[in-house]
Amino acid sequence: MAAAVAELEGVTKRFGPVTALDSVDLTLRAGEVTAILGPNGAGKTTAVRLMLGLARPSAGRARLLGGDPTSIAARERVGVMLQVSKVPETLRVAEHIRLFSTYYPSPMPLAEIVDLAGLTGLEHRAFGTLSGGQQQRLLFALALCGKPDFLVLDEPTVGLDVEARRAFWTEMRRLVSRGRSLLLTTHYIEEADALADRIVILQAGRIVADGPPAEIKARVAGKQVRCVTRLDEDALLALPGARAWRQDKGASVISVTDAESFVRDLLAGDASVSELEVSSANLEQAFMQLTMPAPPVGAGQGDGR
Amino acid sequence: MSGSIERRLRIYARESRYECVKQLRMPTQLLFGLGFPVMFYTVFGLLFSRGGGASFGLYYIAAYGAFGIISGALYGFGVDVATERAQGWMLLKRASPMPYEAYFLAKLARSLLFSLTSIVLLTVVGVVLLGVRVPVLAWGEMTLVLVAGAAPFCALGLAIGYWVGPNAAVAVVNVVNMPMAILSGLWIPFSVLPSFVHRIAIFMPAYHYGQLALAVVGQGQPESMLGHVLVMAGFMVVSLVLAHAAYRRDEDKTYG
Repeated sequence: MAAAVAELEGVTKRFGPVTALDSVDLTLRAGEVTAILGPNGAGKTTAVRLMLGLARPSAGRARLLGGDPTSIAARERVGVMLQVSKVPETLRVAEHIRLFSTYYPSPMPLAEIVDLAGLTGLEHRAFGTLSGGQQQRLLFALALCGKPDFLVLDEPTVGLDVEARRAFWTEMRRLVSRGRSLLLTTHYIEEADALADRIVILQAGRIVADGPPAEIKARVAGKQVRCVTRLDEDALLALPGARAWRQDKGASVISVTDAESFVRDLLAGDASVSELEVSSANLEQAFMQLTMPAPPVGAGQGDGR
Repeated sequence: MSGSIERRLRIYARESRYECVKQLRMPTQLLFGLGFPVMFYTVFGLLFSRGGGASFGLYYIAAYGAFGIISGALYGFGVDVATERAQGWMLLKRASPMPYEAYFLAKLARSLLFSLTSIVLLTVVGVVLLGVRVPVLAWGEMTLVLVAGAAPFCALGLAIGYWVGPNAAVAVVNVVNMPMAILSGLWIPFSVLPSFVHRIAIFMPAYHYGQLALAVVGQGQPESMLGHVLVMAGFMVVSLVLAHAAYRRDEDKTYG
């Protein structure tokens, strides 16, 4: 098994009365691309901060590259992009990169970082004059400049438009193919699906799912049926093959194991059904099921049928 | 331990250099920090210096130098730390392998450069514009005292920077800075001020700072210098304790 790059062992983190993380065990291994996915307030950022030694666990232990997360030795091998809104505005792109490069024992040459982060031609621009996307690219350059073994990106594409986000993913895939370990947090499901080979879903400070994207998707068995019907939750869940139900904009959405037999019984039970749609379960639905406040009957265990 | 001493020194040097570059590119802060003392010096110096000898000219350089240096320290540490903390810049640095002291050493270097610039500017204005004669030895001593005495105000700035947000920091620094300078006799000599001001002044760290600087240019009471030094040292310790408490509070804050 590959070496652990970051570990949380029974980690709990409380902020006053709020428990941000609740006895979380999580080990990230070298070469893995992991996405921590979860709604706002699920504890994603807290998990990252604990791994990086930016906050102390209330209980449990955090390790970074096998050592103390606050040690300079560990940090020299990690590149970090946090949810930073701004760095000093009057310093120029090249100056910011040079400053950060000084912190690392064998940094990338300036020209190479500039090229990699897509900042060519912007070297002499002050940070304050860059567009949002360009600023994000500079922060990315700062994460990369030390040639880190482990790259940590906390919500890297928040605030970017769709086009910039997709461009960023392409860059990330290029980097990841060089065998780096990567951890990113996101609340965009498609981002996790596009980049990660392991998805950890956090909900209210606990890990509710952990596995490859395909496995997470598989946990929502079968199909999704969406319709407007007179039947209520209990009646729908009583139909054969129905596994979970939720309300969505006045319609019922039912997770079913076998769409055809379910629909047959549904129409028999309610001839007035309208707006009937059948779709394959996708990651978004898996995510919604897994992070619903009160998990519906049968969901979340993925026991097949 | 990773990293040689040489590499660490390189980090300190570059961090300091960019800290100063940052300062140079903020002209309004420079204008207030360096320009105000020079302006006050010119105006009040002309008003009050009638009949003053060579060392009396130094009085104003010492007093306005102290004022300028306090402003620089409070802005450089208070406002900038608050801003860099709120913007998340500080957190990114903490996550980086930068030795944490580099951040503060750089700010100290900037404060040092600022202080020296302020003193030199005032001296040039004094000599050229007001015809003040400056004895080299006394000037050197004064400069040393002024530069070293900036430390407690850097600590106060740090405490402000860690306790409040960037907008509030500007307000707090302004509220502290100007009244403290006036009440400490840095703008107008006590001889011209109502006597109650002097009774308030002893509670102001800037008063003790000013008195120290004045003592070395022959305008204060040299026998009370130790007392002033002790007050400033105590004040510095209190500020650092407050800053540290705020730093710990910050560390445990949730950012979402």
